[in-house]
Amino acid sequence: MEIYMKKITVLKSDIRFISYAAVGGYEERRGPLGEKFDFSDPTDRFGQDTWELAESEMGKVALNTALTKMKLSHSDIDLLVAGDLQNQCVASSIGLSGFGIPFVGVYGACSTCTESLMTLSAFMESSEALKIGAALTTSHNSAAERQFRMPIEYGGQRARSAQWTSTAAGAFILGRRSGIDSPWSEKPKISAFMPGKIVDGATADGSNMGGAMAFAAAESILDYFSESEERPRDYDYIVTGDLGQVGSDILKDILREKLPGAENIHTDCGLLLYDREIQDAHSGASGCGTSASVLASHFLPLLESKKINKILFLSTGALMSPQSLLQGQNIFGIAPIIKLTSPD
Amino acid sequence: MDIIYTLLPVFVFGGLISFIAQLFIDLTAVTPARILVFTVCLGVLLYAIGVYEPLYNMFGAGISVPLTGFGAAIGKGVRSAVDEKGAIGILTGGLSASSSGITAALLLGFIFAILFKTRSKRM
Amino acid sequence: MMETSYKKKLIKKHTPHSRVLRDCTLAFLFGGAICTLGELLYMLYSYIGFDSEKSGMLVTVSLIFLGALVTALGFFDNIARYSGAGTLVPVTGFANAVTSEAMDSRSEGLVTGIGVKIFNVAGPVILYGILSGVLYGIIYYVYTLIQRGSFF
Repeated sequence: MEIYMKKITVLKSDIRFISYAAVGGYEERRGPLGEKFDFSDPTDRFGQDTWELAESEMGKVALNTALTKMKLSHSDIDLLVAGDLQNQCVASSIGLSGFGIPFVGVYGACSTCTESLMTLSAFMESSEALKIGAALTTSHNSAAERQFRMPIEYGGQRARSAQWTSTAAGAFILGRRSGIDSPWSEKPKISAFMPGKIVDGATADGSNMGGAMAFAAAESILDYFSESEERPRDYDYIVTGDLGQVGSDILKDILREKLPGAENIHTDCGLLLYDREIQDAHSGASGCGTSASVLASHFLPLLESKKINKILFLSTGALMSPQSLLQGQNIFGIAPIIKLTSPD
Repeated sequence: MDIIYTLLPVFVFGGLISFIAQLFIDLTAVTPARILVFTVCLGVLLYAIGVYEPLYNMFGAGISVPLTGFGAAIGKGVRSAVDEKGAIGILTGGLSASSSGITAALLLGFIFAILFKTRSKRM
Repeated sequence: MMETSYKKKLIKKHTPHSRVLRDCTLAFLFGGAICTLGELLYMLYSYIGFDSEKSGMLVTVSLIFLGALVTALGFFDNIARYSGAGTLVPVTGFANAVTSEAMDSRSEGLVTGIGVKIFNVAGPVILYGILSGVLYGIIYYVYTLIQRGSFF
């Protein structure tokens, strides 16, 4: 019997992560997950003249790497869902312009990774004709600094609560299994998703985005477990996107109070990407490439090798613009959830 | 030994201004851009109320290095222009006095922008 | 739904404070050192034979050159993360603001990029410096008129 759930969509289709790739820059390679990245460029330029094009190129490399792993070509992809941190999502549009694949651009700030995977699986669930889809998320430190903060060479001090926008991309190829004979039975699965709500972060401090997003993450997790029959202990991890140290501490406080037990399985991509002992990332990594690259380089391999069985994955987005911050508006957070499971 | 007596007051003055600015940055929500604006305006004010000149004579030329010096130069320029040309000096004095600094910064900024490329930030 | 006051309390609890003593000490040392360098340059220029006004101007220009060059070579931001206001408040910070904006916006063109953005950070300094100067000029002008008895 199927239980009707209002917010959570449990996918009836068997949708698998048939391939995935993580690409990064210098600092990402230097981090604890660096070895597991498929490609990294120590110059962060990816052979391009501008930082904006570098982000586009990085995304392209990530997607092509993921395709090559499964010997797929562009024409095998039925739908491409992608997003980035640049104005009007232009990094994705420029980077993917040559691919000739139907494209849906999404913007969810740093929640873009989960948002694109959620959108893509919803498309695949709704149409049998969609067999293989791709999701791509990129962020580039230099492009983001230029757009949201100060010039790259400007000499400023970052607050201790500030995070480091990662130069990273994660590409994912989702494939539908139909019937027992279908390939990809050994691949991890996306089995449910839940869109996030827009939640007031209660601060207008642009250098404390992790703190602002923690409440959106908390509300999403509480919503999920109040609606789902499952309990936190059924999961190996609850993975947030880029709360960093400040946001993770806040989230753990809330969970300890409202959903005891959940705080012990919480982990954050923003704290996994860099080694904060040797890398001066302050509160941790941020940027939508953070959760995308950590998912592709760390959690999906763990799921595929069945070292872990079930995770809730929620990239966290800080919804704001340079203008909204200057006008003193609060930062709003959003945290869509996807549920990922290891192959049966 | 003499040189230490000349340099020490300059060191302390420059350090103190930076110290106070840093205090504002760390303890209040005032952004660095506002600090710079405030420092320049403070320079004009210090000159206007007649405090800057004695400080300059006492401590030495090094104290004009912080942006208060930029402000004081504007104040001084306006004053001498008004003395010389009357009311029109209100409009000409400020920019002419600060012209060397502004022009040098613009010129060098432009040249270096043509010659050098930005490098991505490192932690 | 969580109360805003509850959220604010949590943010306050977990947001680390600035390391005020460390930051201010570094700012003091760097700011002091740059001013001392200015004084040494002044002595050098005076020794060469420039008068005091020209020497002062040359000191400013030299430090602007230094700030701009270090920015162009890519080191200024790495120093400033430690020195903070120590490099911001001296005229080196002004040079860094101008040069970094110009370098950064090169990719958007000579006029629409560099031309527009070069004043991004430096503009407010120039604007409010000049405006304060004008305000002072008006007050000073009125004061001179009163002194000469020709105001009333």
